[in-house]
Parts: sequence; C-alpha cells; structure tokens
Amino acid sequence: MMRAVSAAETAPTGYAWAVHAEELRVRAGRHLAVDGLDLALGTGVHGLLGPNGAGKTTLMRALATVVKPAGGRLTLLGQAADGHTDLRRVRRGIGYLPQQFGFYPRFTVREFIEYMAWLKEMPKAAIPGAVQRAIDRVGLSGKANARMKTLSGGMQRRAGIAQAIVNDPEVLLLDEPTVGLDPEQRLDFRELIRDLGVNSCVLVSTHLVEDVAVACSDVVLINEGRLVFQGTPDELVAYGDHGGAGDSPAERGYSSLLRRHRGEVAR
Amino acid sequence: MTQHPEPAVIARYAEGDTAIDEATLWSVEVHLESCPECRARVAGGAPAGTQTLLDRVAAGVDREIATGPPPVRRPHSWSAVRRRWVVWSLLPWLSMTAGLLLTALTLESALPALPSLVLLVAPVAPLPAVAASWSRRRDPAWELVAGTPAAGLSMLLRRTLGVLALVVPLLALVGLRAGTSLALTLVPCLAFTAATMALGALVGVRRAAIGLAGAWVLAVLTPSLITEDLPVLLRPSSLGVWVLVTVATAGFALTRADSFRRLSSTD
Repeated sequence: MMRAVSAAETAPTGYAWAVHAEELRVRAGRHLAVDGLDLALGTGVHGLLGPNGAGKTTLMRALATVVKPAGGRLTLLGQAADGHTDLRRVRRGIGYLPQQFGFYPRFTVREFIEYMAWLKEMPKAAIPGAVQRAIDRVGLSGKANARMKTLSGGMQRRAGIAQAIVNDPEVLLLDEPTVGLDPEQRLDFRELIRDLGVNSCVLVSTHLVEDVAVACSDVVLINEGRLVFQGTPDELVAYGDHGGAGDSPAERGYSSLLRRHRGEVAR
Repeated sequence: MTQHPEPAVIARYAEGDTAIDEATLWSVEVHLESCPECRARVAGGAPAGTQTLLDRVAAGVDREIATGPPPVRRPHSWSAVRRRWVVWSLLPWLSMTAGLLLTALTLESALPALPSLVLLVAPVAPLPAVAASWSRRRDPAWELVAGTPAAGLSMLLRRTLGVLALVVPLLALVGLRAGTSLALTLVPCLAFTAATMALGALVGVRRAAIGLAGAWVLAVLTPSLITEDLPVLLRPSSLGVWVLVTVATAGFALTRADSFRRLSSTD
C-alpha cells in the first residue's frame, strides 16, 4: 500500500517546523473532516491540494487556531496549539485569509487593514507603515481610501491578502486566495507568495493545480482528512507518468495520486 | 563621525567634480551624513549656477505646496463611528431594548396596580445586545477576528462594556422617571450580564443570554405579573445577593478566560 511520507519523517531530528501536526483530528460540525493527519511545514511556499470535502478548509481553520482540534497534536511556531494554551503569542505570528472572507463594508481598505493590525496587537507606531506596505504589495495603493463595499470581488480578495500579511507573519495561511483574481493579478499573486515564502511558511489552499506547480516549493495533497502526498512539484508531476487525467503534467500527477489513494481506501 | 575631509576635497565635491575617485566620494558622503559643519561648507561652496538652480527648485516646491490640494483631513469622529460595524449591527437590538424599557415605563404609569415593570425588565435589558455583540452571525469578519490575538475574554468585555455604556444610562433614566431604586434597577442588570459571560464560557454567549433571559421571564417576571406582587428578589433586602452574584459570576468568567480564545460554534 502507498504510504504518504510527511516531511517530518525525512527531516533531521529536532528541526524547528513552523507547522507540525501529528495524528491531527478536527471536526467540522459533527463530521471528522481531518482524521489523523500528519503534516510538517517549514519555511517556503506549500500548496495544499485536495478534492472538495477533503478537509482543506477545516485544516486551515485549525492551523489558524480558529477551531480547536478534536485530537492529536498540533504545534505552531514551536508552541502547542491544540489545548487551552495561551494562543496570543502564536496568533501574533499568523496571517490568515479564510475561504469565506468577511469584512466590514463601510470601512475603507486602509481602515480595515489598520483594524486588523490592531487586533493582531501590532505596536501602535508600526501600524501606519505596515498598513501602507501591505496595501502597496497587493497593488491597492490607488484604492486605499475606497470603501470595502465599493471594491470588485478581486480587489476585496486582495484587501484580504493585505490584512493577512500586514503583521509580516511567520505562518501565512491563504484559503483559496486567487478566487476572483484575473490572470494578470494571479501572476502578481504568484510572485508575491514566492517573495513571502523566502522568510515565512506560506500554505496556500487551492483547486488550481497549475498555480501550485508553478508557485510552490512543496505540494501537500490530502483526501478524506488524511495526507496522501507531500513532495516537490516535480515529484507530483512524476506521478502523472503512471497515468491520470488532466491537461497538464501536474494535473495528471494529482489525479493519478488521488485515484491510487481512493483505490487503496476502497480495498 | 569620520575625520573631516580636506577643504579642497569638499570644494571639489561641492562643484560636482567628476574626477573624484569612488572611494573618496563615498567617504565624503558618509562624513557629510553626520557632520553639519561640513554640510554647511558644501552648501557655501556650491557654484553660483548650482545655488541658483537649488533656489529655483525650492521656490517651485513652495509654490506647489501653496497652490496644491489641502492636506487630507482625518474624518470627523462621528464619521468614524458611523462606519463601525458594531454600531449598525447593534442598533436594532439597542432600539428594541429602549422600546422595551419605554413600554415598561408607560405601562407602569398606566397600570399602577402591577409591580414595577421597569424593575422586572431591567435585569435582562442588556442581554439581547450583549449576545448580538458576540455573535458570529452579526459580525461579518468573525472568522478573521477569531484568529487574532485580541480575540478572547478581553474582546468580549470590551464589547459588553460598549453595550452597558449605552444601556445603563438609559436604564438609570427610566428608573429615575419610574421612581424605582437606582441600585435595584442597575445591580441585577450587571449580575445578569456577568452571569451571561460566566455561563457563556460553558455553552456560548448567545445560548447563555437566551437561557438566562428565558428563565427570568418564566420563573420571575410572569409569576409576578400574575400574582401582582414584586418578587423577593427585587426587594431592597436582596441587594446584597445581587452584588454577590455579580462578583461570583464575574470571577468565574475570568477564571474561564481560555474558553473565549476560540469562538464557539454556539456564539
């Protein structure tokens, strides 16, 4: 049987992972959406792939400390984040863009990001500069004083990315960040996350296999709440040589891995 | 500070001599950054043509500043308040509370045989707005806020105090108008608010507010109206009990601060 190898198994003992999950279990309502997941992520850009219902969003919510795991161990930035521990220190180092990105419609872009920076307990004096940098990085300088409700869907998404990066997070979690972005903005976004991944651990959940193949240094594939594959984009592409459907080599690798995993689960 | 450059070198630098070698140029510029005396010498040693050019640029900048758009003014404080989601979100609940209290006051004057309706309603008056201020359904950015270090008991307290800051003065005014004891009007209100937070640590703030308000209406308010008698709980002799309940439940909520770090699905 094919066994997914988590990065933790091949890394040197004692490596300081930014995200380390062992036998992690997380509920989405009554359903166990993440069921015994082992995952280790360090600095770099990691693409999280999986079919609908694989548990990607629930995993992202657990890593963002929004929901409490039902079991297993979760360590974020070297600190346990699975129990009633003080999460404030961990949260200061996290940036999160949820799939369902809600915002305050009457706020301007700048006010919204300033408010999020304040909630992230950034030093007051550092907030204006950090907000301006975040706005510039997502290309919203011209819309900084526009109300959130007047922006297009793609611009609102970019404001969401700006609030996620305003605190220069060590762990950046982006759930479907490219929804609503046009092709040019997607290219800009790829460049932005590659840049952020130089010093941070960036986890991008997406359905777009090609985005992952091009922009990520590491691919994580999960299905039914379990790790199916973790490796480089080249290793993902290599699985496509054994068959699999899709227009690109990465998509063929993705579908081939999923098919094998489903076959093993069925047996 | 580095050693002063030779006057001849300063003079050549001020004249823009391109024959100065790169190392000398670099050392002069480093020195000028920290030496006002040499900067003054450079300014004085600039050729007449350069000085004229600098004067012309300075005059141009001054003219642009004088004729350009005025500096952006910070929005008026009321304008900032209008944009706060919480104001719009809580407005219906606060209006309902105000309506309820005014109705109680009107009925109390119209039906003097009944026990004080203001006293009977006061304990639960802030609960709808407290529950709404901590409701994920009312807060559009709930998911984002829940993952920040500020999320927790301190945020619940801040929002609750915001509600009390509006409800307590209104309650005091209505109580004074009705001629009821100010302490008996306000202390049970604070006790129920603290109890909502304490119970909220266990079952979620919304459920706690609904449960406590429902229990009060069924167990105290309705029987009082039927018997036309003010319950013992709302007589001056019970004031000490309300103070004790307030302190005890507030203390319990503080000990369960960790319960508010992750916002519950019941909120």
